[in-house]
This record gives sequence, C-alpha cells and structure tokens, in this order.
Amino acid sequence: MAQDILNKKATEVLIIGGSAGSLEVILHALPLLSNPLKIAIIIVLHRKSSSESILTELLCIKTSIPVKEADEKEFIKSGTIYLAPADYHLLIEKDRTFSLDYSEKINFSRPCIDLTFQTAAEVYRESLAALLLSGANADGVEGLELIQLTGGLTAVQNPEDAKISYMPQHALDKLKPDLILNKDEVADFINRLH
Amino acid sequence: MQESLITDENVELLLADLLEVYGYDFTDYSRASLKRRINRLYSLDKFPSFAEFRYHLRSDATYLKRFVEQITVNVTEMFRDPGFYKALREEVLPNLGTYPFIRIWLAGCSTGEEAYSMAILLQEANLFHKSLLYATDINPSVLEKAGKGIFPLSQMKQYSENYILSGGKKDFSSYYSANYDLAKFDEVLKTKMIFSTHNLVSDHSFNEFQLILCRNVLIYFDKDLQAKVFKLFDESLDNLGFLALGSKETLQFSPIASKFKKSGSEKIWRKIS
Ligand SMILES: C[S@@+](CC[C@H](N)C(=O)[O-])C[C@H]1O[C@@H](n2cnc3c(N)ncnc32)[C@H](O)[C@@H]1O
Repeated sequence: MAQDILNKKATEVLIIGGSAGSLEVILHALPLLSNPLKIAIIIVLHRKSSSESILTELLCIKTSIPVKEADEKEFIKSGTIYLAPADYHLLIEKDRTFSLDYSEKINFSRPCIDLTFQTAAEVYRESLAALLLSGANADGVEGLELIQLTGGLTAVQNPEDAKISYMPQHALDKLKPDLILNKDEVADFINRLH
Repeated sequence: MQESLITDENVELLLADLLEVYGYDFTDYSRASLKRRINRLYSLDKFPSFAEFRYHLRSDATYLKRFVEQITVNVTEMFRDPGFYKALREEVLPNLGTYPFIRIWLAGCSTGEEAYSMAILLQEANLFHKSLLYATDINPSVLEKAGKGIFPLSQMKQYSENYILSGGKKDFSSYYSANYDLAKFDEVLKTKMIFSTHNLVSDHSFNEFQLILCRNVLIYFDKDLQAKVFKLFDESLDNLGFLALGSKETLQFSPIASKFKKSGSEKIWRKIS
C-alpha cells in the first residue's frame, strides 16, 4: 500500500513536524537520504530558543544535502533542507517564499507546527507531504487534518516506535494518515518522494 | 481545522477597500500572516458572510480601528534577545555618548517594552539626561498602553533574566513597583519618551537620529516595502548613526546596504557614508 501511494503522488515539499523525542528520528534518517534530494524538506521542531545555530550545525554534519535555517522571504527550492528558526512562526506564502511571524505562541509553541502545515496546505495542496513525529504536545494534528483535506500526503510516526507517543497517537485518534512509519522507515519514505 | 473562510481574493478586496476608503495601505504586507489575522477576526466577530464583513469595514470607521489593531501583530518583550541589548550597551552606547544630544527612534514600538528597556540602558550608561526616545507605531491603542508603562507582573521573572543576561547589574525590580498583578515602571523613564503614531508605509522622515531600532516589523513587509522603509531610515539617520533590526531581519540585500557597515554579530549596522 505504501508503495502505491508514493508512486501515485507527485510531491514538491515535505514538512516534518516534531517535538520532544523527534530529533533522534531526524538524525537517524538524514545520513540515509539520497543526494540530490528531489523535493524540498522543511523541518519544524519545538525547541529551546537558545539552542539555535547548534541545531543547524548538528543536522549539517549528518548529510551532504544543503541544510539551512529558513530566511524570511527566501524562495523555497527543491534539493534543500530548511529548518524553522527558533521563536518565530514559519509561514509559507503563495509565491513559495517563507515569511516569519512573531505572534503569540500557539499550543504553547513558537514555531507552531499547525501554522506551517496550514499555510503550506493552502499553497501546495496535493503536492504537499507532511510527517508528524514524536512529541508530548497536540501541535500539528489539526494541520495534518487540513493537509489531508486539501489532498496532500500524510504520514505519522508509529506511536509505539516514538519516544513520546502523545503527539503521533493524538494524530491517529483524529485521522487516518496515508502512512504510519517506524523510525527506520523514514529515510526510505523520503527517498521515494518525487 | 478547515480551509480559511476568507480566501486570497477576499483578502485582496479588503486591502483595496482599506486603501480606497481610508487611505491605509497594507497592499505590500506579506499575505500569509495578514490572511490568518483577518480570518481570526472574521470568526471572532462572528460575521454571517464575507459580504457583511466587507460592508461593515467599508462603512464603519470605528470598526476600521479594530481591524487595524487586530491584523497587526503586537507581541513584544523587554530585553528580548539579551545578546542584542548587550551589544547596544557595549558597542553602540559608548559611541552615542560622544554626542551632546542623543535622539533615538523606536519604529514599531508596540506596547513599549522595547522603549523602557532602552531607557534603562541609557540610565545605566549615564546618558539618559541627554537622550530623547521617539517611540512610534501605526496602532494608536498600543501607544496608549506604552504611555502607561504598566506591564504584567507575571512577565517580570523572564524580563529580569533577560536584563541580567544583557549585562544589567542592578536588581531589576528596582525599576518598577508591583501592585497586585501589575508592574508599574518608574515614572522617570517616561520623561524622555515621546509617543506618536507613525505609519512606515506612508509617513515621512520627521527628524534626524543617532540610533533607529526597528525590530520584528519588517518581517511583515514584502521586499519592495522593506526597501522603501530602509530608504526612510537612511534619510532619518545621522551620518554615523546606527540602525538595529530584529534577529531575523537583514539590511544585506537592500539598496542602501553599501552605505552601511555591520557592527559585530548582532543585527546592528552603522552608516558609513
Ligand atoms: C511584532 S511587533 C514588534 C515590537 C517590538 N519592536 C519588538 O521587536 O518586540 C510589530 C509592531 O509593528 C507595528 N507596525 C505594523 N505595521 C506598521 C507600519 N506600517 N508602521 C508602523 N508600525 C507598524 C505593529 O503595530 C506592531 O506594534
């Protein structure tokens, strides 16, 4: 089934949302990604604002694919991995550029995963894919529902495989994603997106 | 979650109306944030239809006030990004000290937390007596709050930590008096502040400054409007004046970039020609 859906869909952008326990999944998958990457990846993680540039460096070490923090007004290009900056919401504009927003925290979070999911869904629609990982927060679930509604591809980490099951479990309670993935399957999933 | 009730086309109609009826120009703002805020307002105020919403906005000037207040983002903090304030203390203020009189413009100051932080820095650098802070914003109701200098007491723990990280040596609580759940800042800090509405989109330069702070405002503007505002700042800066931006904003690719030199690792530039 997994194969089918991945073969059928043409994806431009994958957004990965995660909170507590999600970084290890990303660090595990990064070295296994094929370069060049056919799509753009946008990573939105909840984190302490202080750990800022360290996180970009941490990800850079793990892959030869270019990894950078998303700059405001930057055009989203395939073949690149973008990281949402700490303490700003990351929004996607219709012209496929990023914009930043310093409004109130949502779900106790800034960046808020729902917000990036929502604005991206309205721009990319069927050509959007999203993956929601481990976390102790409900952020991202509503956005995932919208992505499903607008025809995008949805994937959720298997709660049993996640370090903190709350976030992926909450997603499964609310929707039936196209794919449920273990940590070990994430890289393969991403490599198949095209 | 559902798709936004207010569509992209709806947003364009409202922006055109605002410009036509009231002369407020939001057409060069980034759309994603605007769209989200307009949607939020539409739901909050429970309009039965977009047509009704639009009509209300066009015909009721008091609703315009609410609209502008609600679609702009006013979140702010004292001593936000302590490293930035540290750089102001160590690199910028010593330079400003050489002027007989110091004029500082805080553009998009929101509810004033930045202005009070700046006033505290000036006091601690012994420059307060010869300084004047012009704090401006498009939104009159945030300025009204700024003028009171009263902030939630619940924020003080965070602000105090920020203050200390910025190099503050005093007991932060010496700057305010606590009253129930509010912290009222020392009246003296206000004596050097001038609050006024100023719209960066349409209003002109109104003085010459040694330092301009405009933080987390330009992220809401598109590239063209950013360039226009940079020009305004350039015109409003003294020959060796400083321009300070938010931690994710840059002068780098703007038309005035060549006239400025970045100073240190924070988002602070000095005019060199
Ligand atoms: C996110 S707040 C930034 C507050 C503060 N500078 C900080 O960094 O914490 C943005 C402010 O910019 C103001 N603003 C938005 N458009 C403006 C314009 N055209 N002219 C002046 N101020 C504007 C808003 O009203 C709001 O108070």
